[in-house]
Amino acid sequence: MKFASEFRDPALAKALLARISDVADRIGATREKPVHIMEICGGHTHSIFRYGLDKLIHPGVEFIHGPGCPVCVLPMSRVDECVEIAMRPEVIFTTFGDAMRVPGHRMSLMQAKAGGADIRMVYSPLDALELARRNPDREVVFFGLGFETTTPSTALSIQQAARERLTNFTVFCNHITVPEPIKALLDDPDMMLDGFIGPGHVSMVIGTRPYDFIARDYGKPIVVAGFEPTDLLQSVLMVLTQIAEGRAAVENQYARVVPEDGNPVSLAAIADVYERRPSFEWRGLGEIDASGLRIRPKYRPFDAEEKFGIGYAVGRKAVDEPEGCACGAVMTGRIKPTACPQFGKGCTPDMPLGALMVSSEGACAAYWQYGGSRGLAAE
Amino acid sequence: MCLGIPGRIVAITDEARQLALAEISGVRREVNVACIAEGPLDDLVGEWALIHVGFAMSRIDPDEAERTLQALRDLGEAQEALDAMAEGQRALEAAK
Ligand code: SF4
Repeated sequence: MKFASEFRDPALAKALLARISDVADRIGATREKPVHIMEICGGHTHSIFRYGLDKLIHPGVEFIHGPGCPVCVLPMSRVDECVEIAMRPEVIFTTFGDAMRVPGHRMSLMQAKAGGADIRMVYSPLDALELARRNPDREVVFFGLGFETTTPSTALSIQQAARERLTNFTVFCNHITVPEPIKALLDDPDMMLDGFIGPGHVSMVIGTRPYDFIARDYGKPIVVAGFEPTDLLQSVLMVLTQIAEGRAAVENQYARVVPEDGNPVSLAAIADVYERRPSFEWRGLGEIDASGLRIRPKYRPFDAEEKFGIGYAVGRKAVDEPEGCACGAVMTGRIKPTACPQFGKGCTPDMPLGALMVSSEGACAAYWQYGGSRGLAAE
Repeated sequence: MCLGIPGRIVAITDEARQLALAEISGVRREVNVACIAEGPLDDLVGEWALIHVGFAMSRIDPDEAERTLQALRDLGEAQEALDAMAEGQRALEAAK
């Protein structure tokens, strides 16, 4: 085991793994009848694979990789709409680099750029604001993408644009929220999850209270976790301990960064700029009630959907995902990536068919890059 | 994109827009500090923060900053963030 070199604190990791094994044995978890723990955040998925935690951990503990990678849950129809906006001659379309390769029906943003659209990868919405200032004769559109960690950045940018009375800056808002898809998963009759590892940096913004319903209404433990490997092991141990003691509570393993009430400035900016959409489409999961945000009417001039008459502004037609793609089943934990007929054949990180193959935080890309888990090794 | 990267605030650059210069893994870049500002902005100089897509989201202590940076390097995400910053800079320059 290349344990010692891989972990910053190998002794701690070993001790945690041993304690996990004790509790797993105590609750009778086995390879055949495992405890299913979903890590919600794509950053956690990446960390689990990077350190091989899924292989090191007791065989009775199985990680289910949740829908917490914003690039992976972006539906093809939204990519199509990005391309449509980006193709307009007056538009400078700005986006995080992660979104460039997500396939749309006709093309990805990368392909649209190659075809002549003015698409620019930026690090921050601040860069898009600056582009708008420098190019008053162009329309600068920022592709607002991500969970609660990135939502405050676009909210604050829209407030800034309003203060400066910029008339050539809009946001194509695709911000989504973490608690609602978890609720949708818990309401799924096929659901087989026993507990959750909650996202760290999302919770830094929203705090831990929005997860109360998971413990209270569904009786499932959830532990908000940091993304170092020992953070994750510690959090798994905390989930298992709750199960062993017959408890379900929201616990915070990452209190050194996550305050119980979140970040007040971020929350105020989000509340000022955004309101909930009645529902929003997730790739592989379908429409989920109240899971997406849109720009409030008072900031309408900064809403790309309104300005360009696109997306939910005009009523949308649901469009199918590509043939043979099993992203939905993978995302809900029903099958492993390797069970998708396209895995490694029609779908690789260089030529992704589904979004889970695009980002290093996607379950399929992680399987591909790090050689999968016990399931694959056993094949 | 979902993981923040630690940076140290080295100067306040634009009081009105709440912008500061942060040093992130050896690279300097302007960031928004609205979410971590409690008193006068100048008090932030020298502080560490977790920075998400150009916004300082949470103050952290230097030890946490060091651990987080190490973990991000292991994951390859520190480099991804630095590449994205360089790409953002290019996007602005192409505009001139
Ligand atoms: S292998 Fe590709 S098509 Fe299959 S589930 Fe994964 S991302 Fe989707």
